[in-house]
Amino acid sequence: MNAKLKETLLNPIFKGNPITVLVLGICSSLAVTVTLKGALVMALSVIVVCGISSLILSLLRNTIPGRVRIIVQLVVVAMMVILVDQILKSFEATYAIDKQLSVYIGLIITNCIVMGRIEAFALGNKPWPSFLDGIANGAGYGLILLIVAFFRELLGSGTLFGVDILNWMGYVPNNLVILPPFALILLGCIVWVQRSIQKDLQE
Amino acid sequence: MEYLSLFVKSIFVDNMIFAYFLGMCSFLAVSKNVKTAAGLGLAVIFVLLVTLPINYLLNRYVLAPDALIEGVDLSFLSFIIFIAVIAAIVQIVEMVVEKFSPSLYSSLGIFLPLIAVNCAILGGSLFMQQKDFVNLGEATVYALGSGLGWFLAIVSLAAIREKMAYSNVPKALKGLGITFITVGLMGIAFMTFMGISL
Repeated sequence: MNAKLKETLLNPIFKGNPITVLVLGICSSLAVTVTLKGALVMALSVIVVCGISSLILSLLRNTIPGRVRIIVQLVVVAMMVILVDQILKSFEATYAIDKQLSVYIGLIITNCIVMGRIEAFALGNKPWPSFLDGIANGAGYGLILLIVAFFRELLGSGTLFGVDILNWMGYVPNNLVILPPFALILLGCIVWVQRSIQKDLQE
Repeated sequence: MEYLSLFVKSIFVDNMIFAYFLGMCSFLAVSKNVKTAAGLGLAVIFVLLVTLPINYLLNRYVLAPDALIEGVDLSFLSFIIFIAVIAAIVQIVEMVVEKFSPSLYSSLGIFLPLIAVNCAILGGSLFMQQKDFVNLGEATVYALGSGLGWFLAIVSLAAIREKMAYSNVPKALKGLGITFITVGLMGIAFMTFMGISL
C-alpha cells in the first residue's frame, strides 16, 4: 500500500476526524450512544453504508450530470441503508437493537458524513481510494461513538456491553448521563482534549 | 384541544434538537449569527410543513401494509420514497422561490439545498410514521410544531454564541467545544418540559 492510500485511511481516524474536526454527522451519533451495543451496531452500519456508497458513486462519477447529483447520491445511499436495515431486522440477535435504534438507522441517509465524503472525495477520485476513504471516515465516526458510549454506559448504567462492572460494589447509576444533553457535554470534552493535543485545530 | 397539546408537545417536550439531536450539523454550522440562523429556521419550518403532509399521505395510501395492493407490505420502501419526496420538494421550492420572490431567494438561497440533507426533515417523516397519526391535520400540526421548535433552538443558540464571542474561553475549548457544551446545558434546561402531560 503506498503512502497516499495510507494517509487516506489513517487521517480520518484522528487528525481529520469527521465528528470532532469536520463537525459532520453529529445528528445521529448522540442518540445511539446510551449503550455500547447500540453504538457498535450503528458504527458498523455507517462504515458499511459509507464505504459501499462511496465505491458505487465513484464508479458512476463520470456519468452523473452535475445538476441532479444530489438526488442520485441520495438514492444510492438510501438503497444501501434499506439493505442494512433489512439485514438487521432479519436476525434475531440484531432485531432488538434495530428496534432500539429506531429512526436513527434510517437517518444514516441524511448523515452528513456519508453525503459529505461522497461530495468531497468520491466524486473526484478513483473507486478504490474512495472506498477506503468511506471506510476510514465511518471508522473515525465509530471511534467517537464508542468513546462516548463507553462513558455513558459505564456511568449511566454501571455496565459495559450489558455486563455488570460497577453495580456490584454499590454504585448508584447516574441518570443524567443517560439523558441526551450529557452526550453533548461529553463530546465537548472530547473536542477539548483533542484540541489541546493538536494545537493547530484551535480557533 | 388535542391539536393544541400535540403542538405544544412537539415544540417543547419533543424538541427536534434537544430531545432527538436532529438537524445538528446545520444547527452547529449556521448558528454564528442570529439573522442567518433565523433564515435557516424559517426554511426548515417551511420545508417540514410541505413535505410531512405529503409523506403522511404516501405512507397511509401507498406504503402501509394492505394500502395499495391487498396483502403487500411496502413499508421497506419508506426511506427511499421519503427522501425522494424531500429532495424533489426542496428542488421545486427552490425553483419557485427563485422565480417569484428573488429577495426571499437571496436570503434563503444558500440554505435551501442544504435542507434536503437536514436530518430534522427526514426525521420528522420517520417519527410521523412511528407515531401513527390518525389524520392529516395531526401530521400538519406536528410538522409546524417541530419546525417551530427547531427555529426556536437555532435562534437562541445563535444569540448565545453572539454574546459568547466576548467571553474568555480556554483556547482549546473555543468555537466547537464550548458550543457543544452550551447546547448540552440548553438541553438540560429544555428537559424541565419533560414529563409535562397535556
